[in-house]
Amino acid sequence: MKLSYLVSAALLAATAMPAAAAEISDGKVKIGILNDQSGVYADFGGKWSAEAAKMAVEDFGGKVQGAPVEIVSADHQNKPDIASNIARQWYDTEQVDSIMELTTSSVALAVQGISKEKKKIDIVTGAATTELTGKQCSPYGFHWAYDTHSQAVGTGGALVQQGGDSWFFVTVDYAFGYSLKEQTAKFVESHGGKVVGEVRYPLGSTDYSSFLLQAQSSGAKVIGLANAGLDTSNSIKQAAEFGIVQGGQRLAALLFTLAEVHGLGLEAAQGVVLTEGFYWDRDDKSREFAQRFFKRTNRMPNMIQAATYSAVTQYLKAIDQAGTDGTEAVAKELHSMPVNDVFTANGKVQPDGNMVHDMYLYQVKSPSESTKEWDYYKPLATIPGNEAFLSAKESGCPTAGE
Amino acid sequence: MKCWVYDGAMTMIFGIPVQAFLGQLLVGLINGSFYAMLSLGLAVIFGLLRVINFAHGALYMLGAFIGYLLLTRFGIGYWPALILSPLIVGGFGVVVERLALSRLYDIDPLYGLLFTFGLALVLEGVFRYYYGVSGSPYSVPPLLSGGTNLGFMFLPNYRGWVVVASMIVCFGTWALIEKTRLGSYLRAATENPGLVQAFGVNVPLLLTLTYGLGAALAGLAGVLAAPIYQVSPLMGSDLIIVVFAVVVVGGMGSILGAIVTGYMLGLAEGLTKVFYPEASNLVVFVIMAIVLLVRPAGLFGRDA
Repeated sequence: MKLSYLVSAALLAATAMPAAAAEISDGKVKIGILNDQSGVYADFGGKWSAEAAKMAVEDFGGKVQGAPVEIVSADHQNKPDIASNIARQWYDTEQVDSIMELTTSSVALAVQGISKEKKKIDIVTGAATTELTGKQCSPYGFHWAYDTHSQAVGTGGALVQQGGDSWFFVTVDYAFGYSLKEQTAKFVESHGGKVVGEVRYPLGSTDYSSFLLQAQSSGAKVIGLANAGLDTSNSIKQAAEFGIVQGGQRLAALLFTLAEVHGLGLEAAQGVVLTEGFYWDRDDKSREFAQRFFKRTNRMPNMIQAATYSAVTQYLKAIDQAGTDGTEAVAKELHSMPVNDVFTANGKVQPDGNMVHDMYLYQVKSPSESTKEWDYYKPLATIPGNEAFLSAKESGCPTAGE
Repeated sequence: MKCWVYDGAMTMIFGIPVQAFLGQLLVGLINGSFYAMLSLGLAVIFGLLRVINFAHGALYMLGAFIGYLLLTRFGIGYWPALILSPLIVGGFGVVVERLALSRLYDIDPLYGLLFTFGLALVLEGVFRYYYGVSGSPYSVPPLLSGGTNLGFMFLPNYRGWVVVASMIVCFGTWALIEKTRLGSYLRAATENPGLVQAFGVNVPLLLTLTYGLGAALAGLAGVLAAPIYQVSPLMGSDLIIVVFAVVVVGGMGSILGAIVTGYMLGLAEGLTKVFYPEASNLVVFVIMAIVLLVRPAGLFGRDA
C-alpha cells in the first residue's frame, strides 16, 4: 500500500510539469519589450534591453512550467500614443502576458495605465518617474532599476555634500524631466541649498549652448542636467566647450549611464559623478554576466539592460513559484519574493511595486586612470536601498496599503 | 573696454542684461551658420535639379562620420578631413546622381523626393546598426581648442571658426553660381536645359556636378559640426526639418535667400531660447507659416 502511494506520488511528480502547463495561458509565456529603439534613448536601453531579456530566457532554460517563453520587442519612438497602440495590440490579439522596459516616463505611465486596466503585469526598467509607484501605481505594475528619487539622492546628495548649495537646472520638457528636477530640488532645499533658476527645453535638442550660457550667468554652483541619453551627452560636451567646469561650476548629470559615457568618451566625460544601480565591473557575478552580454552585443550592459535581465528572470521565477501565469497570482509572488540575482543581491519589492535595492555612486575615470576597455567607473559610495528609494508610505500610492 | 563692459552690465534689453543678450545672439549666429550651409546645398540642388533632397541630413551625418572614421581608422586629423570628407561625400553624391537620381528627372518630382528620403533612412539605419545612437566622440582640433573671453561671453574658439568658415563657404558658393561663367551655365541650364544643350554645354554633367557640390557642402557642414555635437546617426534628422523650413522661408531655389534666412532663423531661434525655451524648436515653423501666408514664394523667391 505504502509502495503504491510512493509510486503514484512519483508518477504525479513526473507528470506535474506538463500538467501545470495547462495553467499557462495559450500554452506559452510571451513577454513584450517595449522601448525606444531608434531615437535619443536607443542606447540607454534599446534593442540591447531586448537582447538582455532573451539572455534571461535562455539562462532560465527557455521554458517555465513546461511552457515555452517568447520575447517580442517593438520601438515606441518615445511617443505615448504609439506605445499605447502597441500595448493594446499585444495584450488583445497577440497573447502577450506582460510588458517590460518602457523607457521614457510618459510612455511608461501610459502603458502602465493600460496594463492596470487589462489586469496585466508591467515591469518598468527604463523609465524614471516616481509617479509609476506613486499616484499612478498599479497593483500589477513594478519599477525595477532606478527612479528620479534614487538619482536625486545619489548624484544630488553627493554634490550637496561637497558644498554645491545653489543649483540651476537644465530640464527636458516632459514628465521625466519635471520629476527628476523636482526630486533633486526638494533634496537640495531640504539640505539647506537653493535653486536659482531653471530652463526647460524640448526633447532631442542638439544645441545646448544657449541654455548653458544662461546657467553660467546665473552664478549657480551646480548645473543640474535633468535629462538623459544623447541629450545629456551633448550637454556635457558643450559645457566643456564653453569652459563651464573650468569656470568653477559643477555639472550634475542626474541620469547618466555607461552607454552614454561610452559614447561621449572619457576625455569629455571624466570627473562626472553619476548614480547607477549596476556596474559590470562590480563583482565576479556581474563580470561573468557582462562578458556574456558583450559577446552578443559588443557592448557592456548598463543598469537598464542588467535590470531588464533581472526583471525577466524574476517574472519567470514568479510564474514558476505560482504554477500559473495568472496575473493576480504572479503579482503576489513578485511582491513577496526577494530579488537575488546578478543585478542586486538584496532586492525587495514594496507594496507600491517599487523594487528597492542598493544604488551606487560612481565617478567617471580620466583616460589615464582607465586600464582596459570599458573601464570607466570609480566607485565612490553605496547608497542603501531604503535611502535611495521612497518608502511605500511616502510614495503616495493609493493601493499600497492593501 | 572695461568701461564698456561696466555700462553693459547696467543696460537691460527686454529684462535681461545686455551681455547675456549679445551672447545669445552670437550663439544663434553659430547655429545659423549650420542652417545656412545646409540650406544652401538644398537650395542649389533644388534650384538646378528640381529635386527635393531629403537625403541632405544623412549626407551631413555622413560627412561627420567620415571625419570620425578618418581619425579613428587612419589617424587623419581634422584639417585634412575638412577637405577629404566633403570630397568623399561629394563623390558619393555623384555616384548616387548618376546611378539613380538622373533616371528620375523625367517623371514626377515626387519620386525624387521618395528616393532621397529612402536613401536617408538606409544611411541612418546602417550607421545606427554599427555605431548606436549615443554617438562617438570627436574632439576639437588643438589649434582651436580653448576659448576667448569677449567681455560679454566666453566664446569657444572653435565656434568662432565655424562662423567664419561658414560665411566664407556660403558667399563663395553664392559667387560661384551668380558671378562666374560656370555659374551662368548652371543658371541657364535651369531655365532651359534643351537650349543650353544645343549650345554644346554638357547639361547632364552639369547636373551631376551640382548634386555632387550640394552633397559636398553637406559633408563639409558635417565635419564642421563633428567637434560640437556628438557624431551620431541622428544628427542629420534632427536638423533636416529645420533646414527645409529655412529653404521654404528663403524661397525655394533662391541661393541668397537660403543663406540669409539660415542666419536669420538661427538668430530667431537663439532669442526664443532665452525668452521661451520650450518653444525653441517651434519658432522656425511659426515663422515659416507666417511667411507662407504673407509671401507664398518665400522672402527671396520669385513668384512663379
